[in-house]
Amino acid sequence: MKPDLRFDFIADMQKSTLTVRREFDAGRQLVWDCYTKAELLDKWYAPKPLTTKTQSMDFRDGGHWHFAMIDPEGTHYWSRTDYETITPIEAYTAYDGFTDETGVVNPDMPRSHIHQAFTDLDGRTMVEMLVSYNSPEDLQKVIDMGMESGLASTLERLDELLVSLAGEAA
Amino acid sequence: MDNCVTHLDSVFHALADPTRRAVVQRLVEGPAPVKELAAPFKMALPSFMKHISVLEAAGLIASQKQGRVRTCTLKPGQLEAAEKWFGEQRAIWASRYDNLDNLLTTLKGETNET
Repeated sequence: MKPDLRFDFIADMQKSTLTVRREFDAGRQLVWDCYTKAELLDKWYAPKPLTTKTQSMDFRDGGHWHFAMIDPEGTHYWSRTDYETITPIEAYTAYDGFTDETGVVNPDMPRSHIHQAFTDLDGRTMVEMLVSYNSPEDLQKVIDMGMESGLASTLERLDELLVSLAGEAA
Repeated sequence: MDNCVTHLDSVFHALADPTRRAVVQRLVEGPAPVKELAAPFKMALPSFMKHISVLEAAGLIASQKQGRVRTCTLKPGQLEAAEKWFGEQRAIWASRYDNLDNLLTTLKGETNET
């Protein structure tokens, strides 16, 4: 990340929301494409060292993106984004949920609502994501699952790696 | 694990109330007697004690009575699970966005060449 690119991460436990803002050094159309085309999402969406694989995508109101994040051991973590409303190239809203390989949403796990907004910033683009859960209880369920899943431990290793890399860079 | 679920549930419920959040914030600075904690709020002591009970039940604070004075202390451990999760989410998004930076740089290069 370039040092001057803004990155805000605000967790509100009381409202059960996350607000994530990030600036990108590219025009809005290009950033929008990276969020809304499967072949581009596959190149960036999974955090390292995981990779992304799109199973199917239909980017329209009421459409979906069904994909897996794959860890280095080959374990697939399936998810599905259901698009609600799309306003190119300004914003879209969607629901995120955990699924199985066939794309069936796990009914025991809460889905989060996502609002993604893209704004011009003098040649750059600001992306703001608001993630909301229905209730504190829903958020708590996701937290509990995250602690149990292998993905969480993978990310713990990532976290350690990032800390050590930051230490080396300093 | 069931025990943990119950805990986090009550932690979120406990912190959903502004009076209880204010009490927790005050206790970050150190232990305090109930009387001092209640002073900023316009409510009867029994009502305030209910808030204290909710915080205790959630495992966020502990209280001890010595003579006529009940002193409250913060027990920060229960917040850690939630904070850990938010930390993980932050790491996920930071890593994703770094990938996206690289992809955008590549794509911009391709656009310039054509």
